Amino acid sequence: MYFDNDECKRYARNFALPEIGVRGQRKLKEAWVLVIGAGGLGSTAVMYLAAAGVGVITIVDYDYVEESNFNRQVIHTQVGVNKAKSAEYFVNNLNPHVSVLGVDEKVTPQNILGHIDGFNFIVDCTSGFDSKFLINDACVLYKKPYCHGGATGTQGEIMTYVPGSPCLRCLMREIPFDAPSNEEVGILGPVSGMIGCMQAMEAIKYITGAGELLTGRLVKYDALETRFQTIRFGRDKDCPACGDKPSIKLSIDRYRPKK
Amino acid sequence: MVKVNGKDLDIAGKTVREFLDEEEYPLSRIVVELNGEILPKAQYDRKFLDGDVVEVVSFVGGG
Ligand SMILES: [Zn+2]
Repeated sequence: MYFDNDECKRYARNFALPEIGVRGQRKLKEAWVLVIGAGGLGSTAVMYLAAAGVGVITIVDYDYVEESNFNRQVIHTQVGVNKAKSAEYFVNNLNPHVSVLGVDEKVTPQNILGHIDGFNFIVDCTSGFDSKFLINDACVLYKKPYCHGGATGTQGEIMTYVPGSPCLRCLMREIPFDAPSNEEVGILGPVSGMIGCMQAMEAIKYITGAGELLTGRLVKYDALETRFQTIRFGRDKDCPACGDKPSIKLSIDRYRPKK
Repeated sequence: MVKVNGKDLDIAGKTVREFLDEEEYPLSRIVVELNGEILPKAQYDRKFLDGDVVEVVSFVGGG
């Protein structure tokens, strides 16, 4: 694949890395990455994926920008705009070599397969465990690699799934619907920024084959203590999503609290 | 002493469940790692021993 003059200058520092080089950059340019959610995590992940030169980036989000987003959702500048469209606008200005599309839609159990189909890697930047589990289950079911991220308060977490590796449900069987939201407990920008950045790195590693993916490892980030914990875990053969006898079906009821 | 998330605590002899309840950890979204291995929920009645190294991890779901 051909890099024009501007791209050669723009990606010079990527070319210089032995782990990336022209080869890796070519893979990035050929890659299709889907980012679900353009909030705190997604803002950062999208910026760095675009700057790195991922060829196709699609962003899905049904939410609209509010003033209270600005402390962390650094990709947005205007209130009232759809977040996916706002991220698309930013990427078009940042790197004209990226084909970017913002999709104003909610990802649901019924439509998620249509969304993830065709992408090489999926980055889960949603908020709420219902959507995080939905993405996990769909990616396991349809053998799609993805990166899980979360950030609340001053805590963050990240792990990566590839077909055959342990999944989120190996650690947590049921969706914890009682988990507090960022609206309730707050969130600082650098916390979601850190995790979003690491999610972009996971996508880059997966696409280029560089380094070690965060598979079978959950990394927790405590921003106040600047403490990283790595929890190593294996595939649970009884896991309802990735186990030997999976029982997960993408039905609406599964992603709603039981009455 | 038991090292919990990097801090020494005087909880040897307590069960994992007692400790988690006292600290009000949300059982639905935590994982306990004991001496480098994940402790299954069925073993939360195990008592902490002097020198145990414990990591309690709560999942966060924000984006
Ligand atoms: Zn699993």
